Amino acid sequence: MIRYAVQRIVFGLLTIWFVATATFAAMHMVPGDPLSNDRAMAPEMRENLMRQYGLDKPVLRQYGIYLGNMLRGDFGISYIEENRRVNDIIREHFPVSATLGVLAIFFATLGGILWGALTARYQQRWPDFVIMGLVILSISVPGFVVAAFAQLALVTINGWVGAELLPIAGWGTLRHMLVPALVLGLGTMAFLTRLMRSSLLEIAQADYITTAKAKGLSAARIFFVHQLRNACLPFLTVLGPAIATITTGGFVVELVFSIPGLGRYFVQAIQQLDYTVIMGTTVFYGSFLVLMVVLVDLLYGWVDPRIKLHAG
Amino acid sequence: MPRNHLFQIAGALLLSVGAHSFAASGVDVANSKISLAIRYEPPSLNTVKSSDRVSSFLLTHLMEGLTRYGTNNEIVPAAALRWRQRDRSVIFYLRKNAEWSDGKPVTAHDFVFAWQTLVDPATASKYAFIMQPVKNAAAIARGALAPQSLGVQALDDFTLKVELQAPTPYFVSMTAFPAFYPIRKDFYRERGARYAADAKDMLFNGPFELTEWVHGASLKLRKNPYYWNKKNIRIGAIDIPYITSDSVATLNLFKNNNIAFANDLAQESISDALQRGLPLRKFLDGCMYFYSLNFRAGRITRNKALRQALQSVYDATLVTNKIIAMPGAQPAVSLFPKFLRGKTRSLREEIPPQPKAIDLGRARRLLQQAKQELQIEQFPPLVLLTSDVPVAVKLAEYTQYLFKQALGLNIVIDKQTFKQRHVKSYNGEFDIASLSWCPDYNDPLTFADYFASWNENNRGKYSNPEYDNWVRVAQRSGDIDTRVQAFGQLQRIIAADAAMLPSYEASVLYVQHPHLKGMQRGIFGGDPSFYFAWLEQ
Repeated sequence: MIRYAVQRIVFGLLTIWFVATATFAAMHMVPGDPLSNDRAMAPEMRENLMRQYGLDKPVLRQYGIYLGNMLRGDFGISYIEENRRVNDIIREHFPVSATLGVLAIFFATLGGILWGALTARYQQRWPDFVIMGLVILSISVPGFVVAAFAQLALVTINGWVGAELLPIAGWGTLRHMLVPALVLGLGTMAFLTRLMRSSLLEIAQADYITTAKAKGLSAARIFFVHQLRNACLPFLTVLGPAIATITTGGFVVELVFSIPGLGRYFVQAIQQLDYTVIMGTTVFYGSFLVLMVVLVDLLYGWVDPRIKLHAG
Repeated sequence: MPRNHLFQIAGALLLSVGAHSFAASGVDVANSKISLAIRYEPPSLNTVKSSDRVSSFLLTHLMEGLTRYGTNNEIVPAAALRWRQRDRSVIFYLRKNAEWSDGKPVTAHDFVFAWQTLVDPATASKYAFIMQPVKNAAAIARGALAPQSLGVQALDDFTLKVELQAPTPYFVSMTAFPAFYPIRKDFYRERGARYAADAKDMLFNGPFELTEWVHGASLKLRKNPYYWNKKNIRIGAIDIPYITSDSVATLNLFKNNNIAFANDLAQESISDALQRGLPLRKFLDGCMYFYSLNFRAGRITRNKALRQALQSVYDATLVTNKIIAMPGAQPAVSLFPKFLRGKTRSLREEIPPQPKAIDLGRARRLLQQAKQELQIEQFPPLVLLTSDVPVAVKLAEYTQYLFKQALGLNIVIDKQTFKQRHVKSYNGEFDIASLSWCPDYNDPLTFADYFASWNENNRGKYSNPEYDNWVRVAQRSGDIDTRVQAFGQLQRIIAADAAMLPSYEASVLYVQHPHLKGMQRGIFGGDPSFYFAWLEQ
C-alpha cells in the first residue's frame, strides 16, 4: 500500500511538471505578452518594462528561472495587478472556490443518491420518467445558460414575494452560496443520478440481496446497509474528476454570481496574458487535481476490500 | 427523526428566510448610502500607474487634482482656487484649506513630486506620455534629463508654476486627470512598493476615503472628514459589494434593488429593460469606431481607387441604425466625434465634414480603375481583422456581405480576442482593421494626431507629409482660429485619402435608481461622478 502511494505521488509530480511546461510553452507561443494593449507604447518604455519584468531574457532562461522559483513556492507577482503576489491571490481566492465546490459536491451527492434511489425504486413509473427527463435536461444544457436562468428566476421570485428570499449575487453568508452551489453541482448531480440508478438496479438482482430478503431483513436495512454501500463504488470513480471539474469549472458561476473565486482570475489571466498568474493558477489546479485523483484511488481500496492496492 | 422536530426545523428555516424584507440596499436614503457594482478589480490605485476606467472612477472620488469637472462638465477649481494662463506657462494658486486624510495640508510640493514621479523612467509608468505638454517631459521619459528638470515648480507652498513645451490651450483641463493628482512624498517613500496596495497604504485628499478594500471582492468608500468641501458632499457612503464583468448579471442586480446604477447594458438586454419600464438612459462616451486601412508595402489597400471604392459603398448611417442599433449611437462622419468643441460652437458646426455620398456606380468605376492600376484581373481576398465581441462580429459580417454584394470583393474575417487583435494590428497583419479610439484629453488633437506618421497608434501606417504638417500646426499654435483651420484641413485630407472608414460613435446605455439624483456622466474626469449627487424619496 505504501509503495503504491509513493508511486502514485511520483507520477503525480511528473504530471505537474509536464503541465507547467506545456502551459509555459503554450503561453509564449500565443501572440502578445502582458504589455500588449490597445494603446501603443513608446519603444524605450516597452524595453524598459520588459527588462524590469525579466521578459527580455531568452525563453529557455525564463523557463529555468520560473521552475527554480516554483520549487521554492514563489509564483511571482501579477503583471496586471502590480501589487499582488500570485501566492496571495491563490491563498485569498481559492478557499472561496473550494467552499463553493464542496457545497456543490455535497448537493450533487445528496441529490444523486436521492434521485437515483427514487428512480430505481419507482422504475418505469412516473417519478422515474420525470426525474430522468430532468436529468437529461441538466446534462445537456450548458452551465452558463443554467446560471443565467437561475439568477433571472431568483430576481423574478424575489419580485413576486416582495422580499429578498435569497441574494442573487455576491458572497459572504450561507444564503449567498446556496443557488450558485446548486447550479454548479447540477450537471454532476444529474450524472450521479443516472449512475446511481443503474448501479442500484444491477445490485438489486444480486444473490446477496435475495439472501437478505429471504432472511427477512427490512427494506430500509437492505437499502442502506447492503445496496447503497456497493452502489457507491462507481460513484467514487466519478467523484475524483467531478471534484476537480466543479472546482475549476466554477468560472461561469463565479462570473454570473459575482463570487470572488480563483476561477475568475484563472480565465482573466489568460485573456490578459498575465504570465505569472497563468502559471501559478495552472500549476496549482494541476496539483489539486492530481491530489484528488490519488486520494480517490486510496479511498477505493478502503471502501472495497476486494481491491488490493499494489504497485505495478 | 421525530416528526415535530422536522416541522420545527422547517418553520425556523421559513422564518429566517422570510425575515429578510426588501432592504432596498441599492439606495439607502436614510443613511445617504448607495451600493454599486464594478466591472473588475482595480489593477492599481497608484495615480502614476493607473489609467483604466475603474481605477479612474475610484480615484476621482478618493483624491483631487488642481481642477475637476463641474455640473455642466466644465472645468472648475478644485485643489487650485484660480489660475493664470499665458502662452507657455500656467500659474496655479492653491487653496490653503485643502488637507490630506492625516490632517496635513495639500501643498504645491505634492504636485511637483507626483508629476516628476510620473515621468521618471524608474517609475516605468505606461501613462507618462500624458505629461508631454509639460516642458522637458519627453526628454526625461527618454532618460536624457533628470526628473527634477520637469517644467513644474513650487514657487511657494501654495503656488505652482507650470512651463509648457508649446502653447497648449487645453492643458488646464488635463490637470483634472488622476495622473496629475498630488502625492505626498514622505508617505510615498515610507510605503515604498506597498504604496496604494491597500486602503491603509493610501492618503486621500478627495471627497471620500477608502475604508475597506477586500481584493477581488468589495470596496467601501466613506465621506472624508478632512475634505475642504465636505459640507457640499451629500452622499455619505458608497459600497461596492459586487465585482463582475457580466452586464446581464449587473442588470439583474439593479432589478433586484441591490445596486443604484447599472452601466453598459448589452444590446440583448434592451427590450427586456424597456418592457419592465426601467429608467433607461444613454450617454455618448466620446469613443469612435472605424475601419483603418493598411498602407504598408505589399498591401492592396495602398491603392487609392480601391479605398475610395470602399468608402463609396460603406454607409455609416445605415450601419449605425441597422447593425449597431443601440439607442443613442451616432453615425461617425469624420475623424472627429460629435462632442468636440471649436472656438465658440461645436467643432462639427465650425468645420462641417463633407462625407462622400454613397454611390454604387462611382464605386464600381473606381474598382475598375484600381484593377487597371494594379494590373490584376481579380482582387485577392481582403483580410478584415476584428474582435470577438458580438457587436463587432455582427458589423464584420455585414461588411463582408456589403463588399461582396456591391463590389464582388471577397472578405475574410479574422476574429481575434483583445490582446491578439491588437498585436496583429500593430504588426500590420490585416487589410482592413476594425478599431476604436477614445480621447485622452479634451481637444481635437487627441484624434487628429492618431494618423500622424510618427504615432505608434497609427496601425495602418498612413503617412502623408501634408497631414503631418497640419498636425504640427495644431500642436504648436496657441491661436484657436489657426488650430480650427488645421483641424478642418486634417479632416478633409483623411476623407480625400480614404485612410479610414468611420463607422459609429458608441452610446453607453445605463439605468439609474430614481431616488439617486445628480449623478454625472462624463467623457473625462472619472465616470460616473457622485460629487454632486444626492438621494431623495
